[in-house]
Amino acid sequence: MSSNTRLVPVPATNFIPERDIDKQPILEARNLGIDFGGLTAVDAFNFAVSPTEIAGLIGPNGAGKTTIFNLLSKVYRPTRGTILLEGRDTLDMTTVQANRAGIARTFQNIRLFNNLTVEDNIKLGLHNHIKYGMISGILRLPNYWTEEKAARERVPELLNIFNMEFMSQYRAGALPYGAQRRLEIVRALATGPKVLLLDEPAAGMNPSETAELMENIVKVRDTFQIAIILIEHDMNLVMGICEGICVLNFGKVIAKGTPEEIQNNPAVIEAYLGKQKEVGSNAESN
Amino acid sequence: MSFLSHLISGVSLGSIYAIIALGYTMVYGIAKMLNFAHGDVIMVGAYACFFIVSRYGMSPLLGVLLSVAVCTLLGILIERLAYKPLRAAPSLAVLITAIGISYLLQNSAQLLWTSNPKVFTSVVGAGSLKFAGGRLSISVTAIVTIVICAVIMLALTWFTGKTKMGKAMRACSEDKGAAQLMGINVNFTISMTFAIGSALAAIAGVLLCSAYPTLMPTTGSMPGIKAFTAAVFGGIGSIPGALLGGTLLGIIEIFGKAYISTQLSDAIVFAVLIIVLLVKPTGLLGTRIQEKV
Amino acid sequence: MRTTQKRNTWFTYALVIAAFAITQGFVQSGNITSTLKGQLVPICAYVVMAVSLNLTVGVLGELSLGHAGFMSVGAFSGVVACMSLADAIPSEPIRLVVGIVIGAVCAGLAGVLVGIPVLRLNGDYLAIVTLAFGEIIKNLINCLSVGVDARGLHFSFLSNASALNLGEGGKIIINGPMGISGIPKLSTFTAGFILILVTLFIVMNLVNSRAGRAIMALRDNRIAAESVGIPITKYKLMAFVTSAALAGAAGTLYALNFSTIVASKFNFNTSILILVYVVLGGLGNIWGSVVAATVLTILPEMLRGFNDYRMLLYAIVLILVMLATNNVRIRNTFHTLRGRFKKTSKEGASDEQ
Repeated sequence: MSSNTRLVPVPATNFIPERDIDKQPILEARNLGIDFGGLTAVDAFNFAVSPTEIAGLIGPNGAGKTTIFNLLSKVYRPTRGTILLEGRDTLDMTTVQANRAGIARTFQNIRLFNNLTVEDNIKLGLHNHIKYGMISGILRLPNYWTEEKAARERVPELLNIFNMEFMSQYRAGALPYGAQRRLEIVRALATGPKVLLLDEPAAGMNPSETAELMENIVKVRDTFQIAIILIEHDMNLVMGICEGICVLNFGKVIAKGTPEEIQNNPAVIEAYLGKQKEVGSNAESN
Repeated sequence: MSFLSHLISGVSLGSIYAIIALGYTMVYGIAKMLNFAHGDVIMVGAYACFFIVSRYGMSPLLGVLLSVAVCTLLGILIERLAYKPLRAAPSLAVLITAIGISYLLQNSAQLLWTSNPKVFTSVVGAGSLKFAGGRLSISVTAIVTIVICAVIMLALTWFTGKTKMGKAMRACSEDKGAAQLMGINVNFTISMTFAIGSALAAIAGVLLCSAYPTLMPTTGSMPGIKAFTAAVFGGIGSIPGALLGGTLLGIIEIFGKAYISTQLSDAIVFAVLIIVLLVKPTGLLGTRIQEKV
Repeated sequence: MRTTQKRNTWFTYALVIAAFAITQGFVQSGNITSTLKGQLVPICAYVVMAVSLNLTVGVLGELSLGHAGFMSVGAFSGVVACMSLADAIPSEPIRLVVGIVIGAVCAGLAGVLVGIPVLRLNGDYLAIVTLAFGEIIKNLINCLSVGVDARGLHFSFLSNASALNLGEGGKIIINGPMGISGIPKLSTFTAGFILILVTLFIVMNLVNSRAGRAIMALRDNRIAAESVGIPITKYKLMAFVTSAALAGAAGTLYALNFSTIVASKFNFNTSILILVYVVLGGLGNIWGSVVAATVLTILPEMLRGFNDYRMLLYAIVLILVMLATNNVRIRNTFHTLRGRFKKTSKEGASDEQ
């Protein structure tokens, strides 16, 4: 495939893993764009994720990756375009509704409930699955006890993904950095998402922690059968586990494809390393 | 004609609020704290002037200058002893301390000068100017108040915009850490802000009591709250906002009293504040800060 | 932590019950000064106020400077209910309960009215608007006259009580700025104690439930709370209205202890007073609020020996406590002490499991 064709907006078909070949995409962005007072942060963003795909969103700093996450999770309202979740338009949804519909996320700068325990953080992820109201809670009616018991039993199951059960009574704010990142992922998973958005999950982790995280992300996908979109600067992680990758620069998609295709794409190399002379240079991973 | 005279007394009262609000706004901008003791500094300023002029018979100008000096020292002292040790503490702790200072000043004043109201003689004389064949009368105090407020406003705009100290203040209110790294003495800058705010409070106290001559230990609290409201109304942290908020608040209060109900005038003032904040959540001239996700 | 939470809950109940028992003992044996005896019901009311404000300030994390406004709504509506139902409900305790419930409901409604606009704001802006609402409520009640006759309740606004057009045998209840006089003294120390227990039950059970977790999540990280599907307005309003309703109950209890009550009693200073209890007791710390409210209500009485200097001393104590509790060195010492204490108690706790 000639590299030049990738510089124009690419149609919404992405790489589709074999197991999802006959399914429609779970999350789809069509011609998405947002302006912040005159400045176009994201433009003509077309993207689709299959139900159990791990997709990567990469690009230099300021390319608009986190903005896209904010659009997908409905923190921002797009100026143009639509986002379809299971074919359903999410235009009028709030962040809360988007989460209930199946979009969960983590944040670049970790956002935990720092003064609460790890267990309570996860129970908050389970919030919409715990079914009892304020009155039952105050009067300690039977459904309080059954629902709380169910939630309490679910917490170690979820923590088990990252082998963190022993931390359940620790205060979230007191956890080491890596554990905080993992807890944020567990909390997002607790909400029962169909699509999980991970914003730089490996930031600040050392190589061995990153390697473990890679295994765990794949494990999460396999266990929960969900789609995962991740933003990451660690190319080993992205190239290692992502099945489809989308490269952004200055708010625009400059390339899409499988890891191999991306690694050999001149437009990507240019975006990361600047324009080069016509000297044969290999794909640069980070 | 009554409309015009109400308008002028509104602007005059608003000017006093604006001067007090400037103190709130500057301190909030730099220290991010609600200085509830500010209203009581006004009261101290008024008492200082009262004693210097009425008891010791000195000239009103000297009275004003000395009361400014007293309040400036008081402001620096309060900041050093009570607020500086709490620089890293949660904002509520600082708020409660400020309330403690407020009680302290009020009760000290009560012990020293009793709670009997003192009759304050206006420092600018009680005369009034007559216009339109005597149908419109404007008190000299009102005019002087408005003029002083305008002068203070211009001086402060020049000070924060053009002088080294003023720039240091703005830098500190943006980012104290970065300001410190650039070699700005943050503690000194904050002290200076308190000094200026308290000096303004002294002037406001004198003007307030010149217009409304009953002086008690609690004189400062209600104008303090109103001026705080004015600061928020205009957008707390913004100097033109304090002027705009103060003036509007004064006008609304006087018009509310004159045309709607004396009893309800405070309720009207606060209701307008609420409506403004619902439409513009950071006040009229405040900048909208969006939390980055 | 769960065990600590549970221990705190039981400790709080035990503390209140013990304090009640001891005080009752003193009252029965007559070993209590008459001023302190007069303070018993107000102390109960202030405890309820402090615990309820702690729900807004400590648990929800929003500064409210107008809590006395809700106390005022509760006080006036509760007293009006009690005075107009004097014939319908002869039993005094039942009338008191009815009054408190009505006071709580009215204050809760006021909480909804205030809360819906207010809770769209954040931080200091929310604080100033609660202050404004507190002042507005005070002003409005000052302009209100209420009377009762055979035909029911009559209201008039901004004119004096003669505009009520009361029929034969009618009586004025709220007389504009003069407030209410001739209030039957229905509140008792026992009633206050029960109200405290009910308040603690509501607040502590709420905090340790799904809704309470959501409220604390808003405090810790609003954006993260939204991202896990927690609707912000719903839980903010829930905390705010519960807090307002409890303040209303406290207001009714408080007002039914005095023969006259005026709206200006529940001003900004009262709001601040309650806030001081909450901050000194510790944000989010329920038993801390109980202790702080009790001690700080008694303290000025204890300082009565210092006569004129007592409020001055109160102010100085307040400042020194704030400086000491926020002093880094003192804090660190306290933390190490607590750490040591925890280590020893943990060994004991692990045996239980």
